Amino acid sequence: MDLDRPLPNPITPEARPFWDGLRERKLLLPRCQACGHVFFYPRVLCPRCHARDITWIQASGKGRLHAFEIAYQAFHKAWKVKPPYVLAMVELAEGPRLMSNLVNVEPDPRAIKCDMPVRVVFSKLTDEVTLPLFEPGR
Amino acid sequence: MADLNTLSNSVCVVGADESDEIGNLPGKSQLTLHLEAITNAVHDAGLKVTDVDGIFTAGQHSPALLGEALGITPRYVDGTTVGGCSFIIEVGHALAALHHGLCHVAVISHGESGRSGVGVSPRRDTSLTGQFEAPFGFGGAPTLFGMITTRHMHVYGTTLEQWAQVAVSTRQWAMLNPKALRREPITVADVLNSRPVVYPFNLLNICLVTDAGGAVVLTRADRAKDCAKKPVYVRGVGEATEHVMLTQMRDLTFSEATHLAGEKAFRMAGVTPRDFDHIMLYDAFTSGPPIMLESLGIAARGEGVHFFAEGRATPGGKLPINTNGGGLSYTHSGMYGIFPIIEATRQLRGECGPRQVPNVRLSLVNGMGGMLSAAGTLVLSNEKT
Ligand SMILES: [Zn+2]
Repeated sequence: MDLDRPLPNPITPEARPFWDGLRERKLLLPRCQACGHVFFYPRVLCPRCHARDITWIQASGKGRLHAFEIAYQAFHKAWKVKPPYVLAMVELAEGPRLMSNLVNVEPDPRAIKCDMPVRVVFSKLTDEVTLPLFEPGR
Repeated sequence: MADLNTLSNSVCVVGADESDEIGNLPGKSQLTLHLEAITNAVHDAGLKVTDVDGIFTAGQHSPALLGEALGITPRYVDGTTVGGCSFIIEVGHALAALHHGLCHVAVISHGESGRSGVGVSPRRDTSLTGQFEAPFGFGGAPTLFGMITTRHMHVYGTTLEQWAQVAVSTRQWAMLNPKALRREPITVADVLNSRPVVYPFNLLNICLVTDAGGAVVLTRADRAKDCAKKPVYVRGVGEATEHVMLTQMRDLTFSEATHLAGEKAFRMAGVTPRDFDHIMLYDAFTSGPPIMLESLGIAARGEGVHFFAEGRATPGGKLPINTNGGGLSYTHSGMYGIFPIIEATRQLRGECGPRQVPNVRLSLVNGMGGMLSAAGTLVLSNEKT
């Protein structure tokens, strides 16, 4: 099997539910039971109130493109996707931001605007790993 | 608790120098770059290596290794590694150690075979980046700092031409520095027409990748009088860290760490952000220095780029910035932070020849670690308050 990108490595125990959820095409986010704060990346405590009581919620998959870049070359030795491709920082409707790619869009700065609406698309890489990518939404 | 103001002027930079050569050095290991820089800086101070009893460094080699390689047994060591500004932050750590008598002669050393990779360990911390960034193609600083940059363009309307002007201004200084790697003149059009790497950056928006060492020597002001050259007083120091993963940065267009570090340093020195004659800012990317000016309160938000216009930061201008030619045109081995301290020291001593800023009294050094994640700020002067 030829992968066109690096697999997430290492998958840490505290982030396991995130990766397990993606396999079922669900975008899960950690939420603090004590104060309600939804955050990302996953960790064992709430970065706002420091409670250790963390649960997982399913995100809407909707958000906005907070910032972006258009890459004209590979920056990782395992990266095989043909340039140009769009690197994205997405701010989810639930609040947290994550890094991803913006797909199904012209890789042209005139076609891409910060704060444009985006929505998740699930991209299965292996039986273990599905990645959350994003495309322009409404 | 002691008021930091009482420590203002208590220690001085008394030695500063690069390794014997900087640039493309496939024949020299990282450790050699350290050792050359340390001996050069110690000699610049008129001291001997055996006078050194405090070693401060960042990166792959520990201060213990540097002590061993130098054949000395330091009584005080610090290996704080929070990115390229670590050396700037360590000036504050050295100040505290010197003040309390934990050491008497402190060396802060940098050596990095960033281009040639000679004597370098490949291991890096990828615990979170490997999981949450690499699968999407992120790798290396340009793929992250570009996010800060496109967000700034969106919020403030900053243009590619304005970022390019930072490279042009900095190159004009490099043309006056014989040690600078890139000395041919460039224009805004040259920057915009250079190879696209990752939008919004073309090649000339991104720092060099070189092999280089640099070191500075500090001692208490009472002892500095006996050193070879005019002492440079450390009037203020500040440090802070905000995030590591860029998604965690509260506002991509404003560095909280830089703001806090600057505020601390200015208060300790008893100066305002508008008081400086000369400024050294960590320029890994053209968008870095303007955002630092904004975060430090020197420029209004969104207006940092205006400081790089002809006649302002440029040679002969009102507020010279990055007079060594910066990471963009002079040298950038990976952790650049030692070099702005060296340049500020030389400017305050009046050693800079054709690029000397006339009548410079108060110099600002500000550096970042990571993606504006950590920050260190220094207020330096050739006069006591
Ligand atoms: Zn909480």
